[in-house]
Amino acid sequence: MSTVKLTVNGKAVSVDVEDRTLLVHLLRESLNLTGTHVGCDTSQCGACVVHIDGKAVKSCTVLAGQAAGCNVTTIEGLSKGDELHPMQAAFRDNHGLQCGYCTPGMIMSAVDIVHRYGGKLDEETVRHELEGNICRCTGYHNIVKSVLDAAGRMKVSQAAE
Amino acid sequence: MGVEGIGASVVRKEDRRFTTGKGRYVDDIKLQGMTHAHFIRSPHAHAKVKSIDSSAAMKMPGVVGVLTGQQIVDDKVGNLICGWAITSKDGSPMKMGAWPAMAPETVRFVGQAVAVVIAETKNQAKDAAEAVVVNYEELPVVADIRSALKPGAPQLHPEAPGNVIYDWHIGDEGAVKDAFGKAANVVTLELTNNRLVPNAMEPRAAIAEYDEAEEHFTLYTTSQNPHVARLVLSAFYNIAPEHKLRVIAPDVGGGFGSKIYIYPEEMVALWASKKVRRPVKWTGDRTEAFLTDAHGRDHISKAEMAFDKDNKILGLRVKTHANLGAYMSLFSSSVPTYLYATLLSGQYNIPAIYAEVMTVYTNTTPVDAYRGAGRPEASYLVERLMETAARQLKVDPAELRRKNFITQFPHQTPVIMAYDIGDFGASLDASMKAIDYAGFPARKAKAKAEGKLRGIGVSCYIEACGIAPSKAVGSLGAGVGLWESAEIRVNPVGTIEVLTGSHSHGQGHETTFAQLISERLGVPISQVQIVHGDTDKVQFGMGTYGSRSLAVGGTAIIKAMEKVEAKAKKIAAHQLEASENDIVIENGEFKVTGTDKSIALPMVALAAYTAHNLPDGMEPGLKETAFYDPTNFTFPAGTYICEIEVDPATGKTSFVNFVAADDFGRLINPMIVEGQVHGGLAQGIGQALLEHAIYDANGQPITASFMDYTMPRADDLPSFKLSHTPTLCPGNPLGVKGCGEAGAIGSSAAVINAITDAIGHNKLEMPATPDRVWHAIHG
Repeated sequence: MSTVKLTVNGKAVSVDVEDRTLLVHLLRESLNLTGTHVGCDTSQCGACVVHIDGKAVKSCTVLAGQAAGCNVTTIEGLSKGDELHPMQAAFRDNHGLQCGYCTPGMIMSAVDIVHRYGGKLDEETVRHELEGNICRCTGYHNIVKSVLDAAGRMKVSQAAE
Repeated sequence: MGVEGIGASVVRKEDRRFTTGKGRYVDDIKLQGMTHAHFIRSPHAHAKVKSIDSSAAMKMPGVVGVLTGQQIVDDKVGNLICGWAITSKDGSPMKMGAWPAMAPETVRFVGQAVAVVIAETKNQAKDAAEAVVVNYEELPVVADIRSALKPGAPQLHPEAPGNVIYDWHIGDEGAVKDAFGKAANVVTLELTNNRLVPNAMEPRAAIAEYDEAEEHFTLYTTSQNPHVARLVLSAFYNIAPEHKLRVIAPDVGGGFGSKIYIYPEEMVALWASKKVRRPVKWTGDRTEAFLTDAHGRDHISKAEMAFDKDNKILGLRVKTHANLGAYMSLFSSSVPTYLYATLLSGQYNIPAIYAEVMTVYTNTTPVDAYRGAGRPEASYLVERLMETAARQLKVDPAELRRKNFITQFPHQTPVIMAYDIGDFGASLDASMKAIDYAGFPARKAKAKAEGKLRGIGVSCYIEACGIAPSKAVGSLGAGVGLWESAEIRVNPVGTIEVLTGSHSHGQGHETTFAQLISERLGVPISQVQIVHGDTDKVQFGMGTYGSRSLAVGGTAIIKAMEKVEAKAKKIAAHQLEASENDIVIENGEFKVTGTDKSIALPMVALAAYTAHNLPDGMEPGLKETAFYDPTNFTFPAGTYICEIEVDPATGKTSFVNFVAADDFGRLINPMIVEGQVHGGLAQGIGQALLEHAIYDANGQPITASFMDYTMPRADDLPSFKLSHTPTLCPGNPLGVKGCGEAGAIGSSAAVINAITDAIGHNKLEMPATPDRVWHAIHG
């Protein structure tokens, strides 16, 4: 067992976990942040994507101990209070989700994509960048639409800040 | 239409929780004192279980128990059953092999459970499972249809000589023979419908809790139909009587058919929770999903179509072999029979059809309904046959179809179905226009000049949904009725709860069903709560599959609504001292026509519950229920056209355009409907280009992870151009047909027809991977 100290959604936490514990299990089991999902066992599906120090990472590929000292943001920490993050709002408004299982990972990946491209995105780039996130429900059509829509919204909200 | 009523693309009520990580799936639930289960699964496709030694495992940290197949048999937990009886040509019943929840003696597919470890944590259960020693004696294996049917092939079940489950037929053999005798042309095609894994993104999971004092079980499970699960667990598996078993299916992360069935893991979790007197949780991982979720498709077929000299179809003859895997899953028998062969008429006037279907056991994961269930196989066969015919007869594929379209309704096909309404020409026209069909030859020539092979493929699908009048399915062998129930509770403050036996696992019922109420009463959908997925809350229901939720479940809601309105009008009339015939409902108000007198819904509701001033003899309260049994199937139909380009150097197929024109009848929420089409198209395209569950000759699955089984990803797919050509379904008051499966049913043939058009010949099977296409081009 080890004690892992990290910041999750802006809150400092200290958690005792088995050394083999993956970050996703620390989040789900120890912190009850069940918005981060597990959809596979080969780091293919992306349902578990969170942000570590601002970058999208599959939390099933990271040992909890490796996240010590890091700043982790999960889907639960994305919105500002009741106000949805522009990416969350875009997924809702464009019907970018159906069963909702891949959605947290999709949204966390998509936020990172928009940040990395500074909002300069086209359909082909979005499709290529989402390669690490599998959705079985939507055929990606409305996910792509959501990300492109959010890219515009995020530019506007950044400009406003 | 109100702003949130029928026809409005309202954003979904459920999406705030799903976009903020507040969905509640089974694996998110923790119970006090909960233990964790890990199954020990056979690494062999066919073997005798000689011994299981759990002594070392029992001494491992945190282990609560190791339970085996023999114990579950000794405790008289029932074997898994197939609930649809099919009778062979010779009158004999289908041959159902015994399927215990964990194998006491013989394992018949890789992944079949032989024992389960229960421990304090998931990791402890996994660790201890490593210490359980299972001694197997390997047996010879049959891993595919052809080897299962070879003379002298290894036998899976003593109940099924020759590994044959049934040898069934439908239609008029003599009439078809006559038709072929008169034919000017006969077109023949052999094809394979590749085996698929449904792969809902949420793996299956179960939590079982046993209340010793009450002798009562609660099961949280990833189910598309919790009431059916309770019924089967009670009536057939002897877990507990229905009033002592509550089944809850909370948020469920996709199903596509794979979560219809009651699987061994849920049975074991329930049984084990009583054994260890602690709640037991099992959450499958993706490998377990590949090994144990019911697979889909896996047919081999030979089809022949007879044409007269004017290219009108005279007859169709089909012989299909279907692989049902190692055991008969819950509805497996119905998929290659009544859900498949009854759709072989497609959109066409075919005077005579005869189909034979033989199903076999193999040492592979059981096969059952997967999105479309039989109808994609039928549509793929008919539409590849039509395309092949057009090329052989040297006529335009779209025009050959049009020439043979059914144009008069109702239309009785030779294979049971009575199509109620449709306009097949309208969807063909819409798709041809959307893709600029007329301009294709010029585009093909231009691509050729650039060294690329351009192809266009048409697919005109029809499906039968809602499934179906209970009496009809009962006469065909179904073990259950296929009605739906609804209960509407208007609360004293005027808010409304709708309890439905349908289950939403991505379909957006919480929004669409609320829109039905909004349409009738003029109340905002925020005032309406849709309750589903809990046998203690909802009276009963048959669940969600077969694109049935709106056509059957939605109609049940309308029927209950009619009763609520009738009573509310009586109350309003009494309160307003008017005749109930003069009361109209508008924007949440009950108005007396021609006057300014009105009373708001909450006041009517309050009056119903205070009961201070109700009409004489009226019962208090405002709550009504309805059970609705459909009068026929519904028949969604449409045309998909796909234009692709193949790079002859690599064999890679790229989409140029994909258009869809569907007839789903009336659309309640067009945004949600289109989302359903997108998802279905992706699964059909996945089947056509990417997905294939492969076993080697020893029955070892070699595509049992997302590393090996190619799931469609965002960069594998195009954006889609959709349109709608609705004809209103006459069979239900909403005029709806269902939209959940169409995309998966119609799209595979469009893709393969396009590729075979591009490469100039017809020898190509799904999935059309670059490797296969390259070899198809270069020989």
